[in-house]
Amino acid sequence: MLSYLINGISLGSVYAIIALGYTMVYGIAKMLNFAHGDVIMIGGYMAFCSTSYWGWPAVPSVLFSIFVCTILGIIIERLAYKPLREASSLAVLITAIGVSYFLQNAALLIWSSNPKAFPSMINLPNLVIGDIQISSVAIVTIAASIIIMIALTLFTSKTRLGKAMRAVSEDKGAAQLMGINVNATISMTFAIGSGLAAIAGVLLCSAYPTLMPTTGAMPGIKAFTAAVFGGIGSIPGAMLGGILLGIIEIFAKAYISTQLSDAIVFAVLIIVLIVKPTGLLGKKMPEKV
Amino acid sequence: MSDIKKKKHSKQTVNAFINYGIIICFFIIFQILDSTGTLGSSLKGQLIPICSYIVMALSLNLVVGISGELSLGHAGFMSVGAFTGVIVAQSLAESVPNGFIRLILALIIGALAAGIAGVLTGIPVLRLRGDYLAIVTLAFGEIIKNVLNCLYVGVDAKGLHFSLKDEVSLHLEPGGKTILSGPMGALGITKLSTFFAGAVLILLVLFYIQNLVNSRPGRAIAAIRDNRIAAEACGIPVTKYKLMAFASSAAMAGAAGALYALNYSTVVPKKFDFNTSILILVFVVLGGIGNLRGSIIAAALLTVLPELLREFQDYRMLVYAIVLIMVMLITNNEKAMTTVRGMMDAFWKKTRKEAK
Repeated sequence: MLSYLINGISLGSVYAIIALGYTMVYGIAKMLNFAHGDVIMIGGYMAFCSTSYWGWPAVPSVLFSIFVCTILGIIIERLAYKPLREASSLAVLITAIGVSYFLQNAALLIWSSNPKAFPSMINLPNLVIGDIQISSVAIVTIAASIIIMIALTLFTSKTRLGKAMRAVSEDKGAAQLMGINVNATISMTFAIGSGLAAIAGVLLCSAYPTLMPTTGAMPGIKAFTAAVFGGIGSIPGAMLGGILLGIIEIFAKAYISTQLSDAIVFAVLIIVLIVKPTGLLGKKMPEKV
Repeated sequence: MSDIKKKKHSKQTVNAFINYGIIICFFIIFQILDSTGTLGSSLKGQLIPICSYIVMALSLNLVVGISGELSLGHAGFMSVGAFTGVIVAQSLAESVPNGFIRLILALIIGALAAGIAGVLTGIPVLRLRGDYLAIVTLAFGEIIKNVLNCLYVGVDAKGLHFSLKDEVSLHLEPGGKTILSGPMGALGITKLSTFFAGAVLILLVLFYIQNLVNSRPGRAIAAIRDNRIAAEACGIPVTKYKLMAFASSAAMAGAAGALYALNYSTVVPKKFDFNTSILILVFVVLGGIGNLRGSIIAAALLTVLPELLREFQDYRMLVYAIVLIMVMLITNNEKAMTTVRGMMDAFWKKTRKEAK
């Protein structure tokens, strides 16, 4: 029971980190970045290449993976999304899907469709308390997500850049009038989101060590669900939604049915949204007439 | 005043008939090409899937374009229609020997089942708005896929048997056969779909949508899309009309699914996943939201495009992705669009001059 709970929190922490990327981008650019899941996959491959092919130790290879994904996030934003800033949200959505196809197929060409065995990055002894064993991967994942959460909250509330980000997501036009560089702020949000995706990629592949070009797709969808679950646009909401989703998934797998676990996760989401249409911690939007 | 109204009406009617004409012309051309044997085998195999994707795109256009709701789970309804159609066609194999009648029955019952699924999904979904609605349709699509992935159906002398566990718990009598076996999907389907049936289905769907758009409910649906609050204030029952658009769209998707499934000998539930929903949304958006002819052309071209890109081999999906991004960037950029229009005009002028 307790070990299921810890597994759930650990999986949920990965979802939460991915969901943070979705939620930040949504909050600031009002777009669903469907390519986010594939950035996770690229992050996983980068860490895989640097450790398995070039023999780098764990920490530099994770940093390298974060670096590559951050740059990738900025490039994607500049080339594909920036020209569409004034376009309809559907046009942006389809472009994001195009980027997602592009990344998946590029990865397919470079690394082929054969699953790669992800090397274990976290070589720490497992923690044993009484008769419960907690894997080191789970501990590192949970710790990483807590650190990221605290850092992000401090960043958005204390620093100038973070305040600029909040201002832009509140009102783009007014923020621009106050002398905030809106384009740079949006680019930075994409950079942070993609960097988080890289961390999520490494953690996800450490827990489930097979790496394929489609690795990011399903966690991406689930994390997106988690972001909506917690109230999209809200950083604590993404965290809460991610962790709850992970716990529900693991418990559904353990007690109800392995095959139906995804269906149960999505059913819970639907029930929550029907009861509370803006998600758990979402702001209530007053209706203007 | 009445003159203007009449003129507008006749223009819409002309437009509608052009759409029917395009479908009929293409049907005749491909029939002739097929009978003379000039049609490549890969393209020939694509004819029925193209028909079913066109129906999917048209039906999604009803939701996205005319009703203005973003749906990301359309493949779920296709899947319900597909497997219901397969169950109907397979279980009636002995009592209704005529293949064509069985196909029609499968299409109708597939459409009905998907329509019911549409109503069940629509009641909770349509209370939400915008991105929340999109995510819930996505969730429903995934739930449908997931449940079908563990659904086992068999038929014997006593009738149909269902199980969510495995094949053994169906308790089939000797002589009974399994129709659906969980993640393996439906095996050994008798191929019933014909290109003719596909073309007729497209015409029926077109007929329905084009008449709906110009009817009282259609105008109510458009009014809700343009301004929900104003429409509600005018006394339009919002939920009723939204549900009508959503459920009929789901029913059409179901018929398309049945047509699609009965074209193959095996169909797996995984085929109708999120990516298929997205693919159909891409058809609708590229064809122009709310534009039926655009949906038809985009669905047909984009289904054939990966085949045409065959010479790029491994690179073809990469090229497909780049084409998709480029088209979105160009069509949403005023400057680029004026350049493209200028080039098109110059091209037409040149060809006209040469013709003279």
